Amino acid sequence: MADPTPYAPIAPGSQPPLDLPSYLSTSLRHPKAEPVRIPTTVTESSAPRFAPAWYAPHADLSVVQGKAALGERIVVAGRVTDENGRPVANAMVEVWQANAAGRYHHARDRHDAPLDPNFVGEGRVFTDAEGNYAFTSIKPGAYPWRNPGPGWRPQHIHFGLHGAGFAQRLITQMYFPGDPLLDFDAIFQGSGDEPARRRLVATLDPALMQADWALGYRFDIVLRGRAATPFENA
Amino acid sequence: MTHATASQTAGPYWHMIDFPAWADLLRADGPNAGAAGERIVLTGRITDGSGAVVPDAMVEIWQADPEGRYDSSFHGFGRCATDAEGRYRFVTVRPGAVPGPGNSTQAAHVVITIFARGLMKGLVTRAYFAGDARLSQDPVLALVPAPRRGTMISTPSDGGEWRLDIRLQGAGETVFLEV
Repeated sequence: MADPTPYAPIAPGSQPPLDLPSYLSTSLRHPKAEPVRIPTTVTESSAPRFAPAWYAPHADLSVVQGKAALGERIVVAGRVTDENGRPVANAMVEVWQANAAGRYHHARDRHDAPLDPNFVGEGRVFTDAEGNYAFTSIKPGAYPWRNPGPGWRPQHIHFGLHGAGFAQRLITQMYFPGDPLLDFDAIFQGSGDEPARRRLVATLDPALMQADWALGYRFDIVLRGRAATPFENA
Repeated sequence: MTHATASQTAGPYWHMIDFPAWADLLRADGPNAGAAGERIVLTGRITDGSGAVVPDAMVEIWQADPEGRYDSSFHGFGRCATDAEGRYRFVTVRPGAVPGPGNSTQAAHVVITIFARGLMKGLVTRAYFAGDARLSQDPVLALVPAPRRGTMISTPSDGGEWRLDIRLQGAGETVFLEV
């Protein structure tokens, strides 16, 4: 059996460090030792296939049992590609977020903001053959957290993606353009170099806007890509 | 070439996508109902650099089927939340050995990924199985300094359970892999 084409090494500056002193929760949770870099084996080049029969899509977070959630209705759409620009088809995209008031539908969220009976904030969609995904939701509110700084996280939507290879597994966050809290957020500011941070911010997209119904944001996502040429063993 | 989107922490509220049934890969109403193989429980406790338990982690596994195949009908994926004592627990089948680089063979292993508040990226490690004759020839374990290999080798306990504790930081720190 031929070896799998290896994934390209992680580009310097493109990813956050595990040790991020400005984000206090990293202090006791980041490993001190460097990770052991391993070759791409079949374990890393293959990945679970998420059949919609077992993982039912749920693309409209803005309505619960026919009743509309409070807040700005938004369509979020984008394209999932790898670092070589190839679309990643059939990727499972999971999303979760706070409601318009900045409160999560979660027992441990003690923020004194109202829950919305018509909003949960969890969704699941799959990319099509061209890597496109889309879902409908409500623009989440900012919410407080205990970390030095202004004490509020910028508005964001959590994304989890499974690609075509285990090495492409990604959990990230989408932010909103122009959010003044971005300048003060330890997590966002600690996310790599300026281009890396810019890739985490969605763009307001007139093509996704729907008059009298929803604003539209575009968030393209790039997963790891294979090396252009296989490693040569001397 | 565009670089990959930056990873971000899963945060404290990732349980919005916790579906506890997914921790049992052999669940009767799931994709592996009736799957052949040796049923095992893979469990352990996750602790931080102070020795405190990590009660809010999201743990995922990825594994081959009992024949060592990833492309069969077996769905080798699971997810669970650590409990108040920092424990994760999966019900699955023991995977088979899988091909490694060149003509090598990898000893049977389950990939474990940990996401959590305070982790800007997922941490990836593997659970091998103590007593497996292939461990000494495994091409991935061979890249790990010998004194640390044990952090990736689960040990059997009563009741068919395989245990692998995970230490995120400090003494006995688990070996994490850059894949």
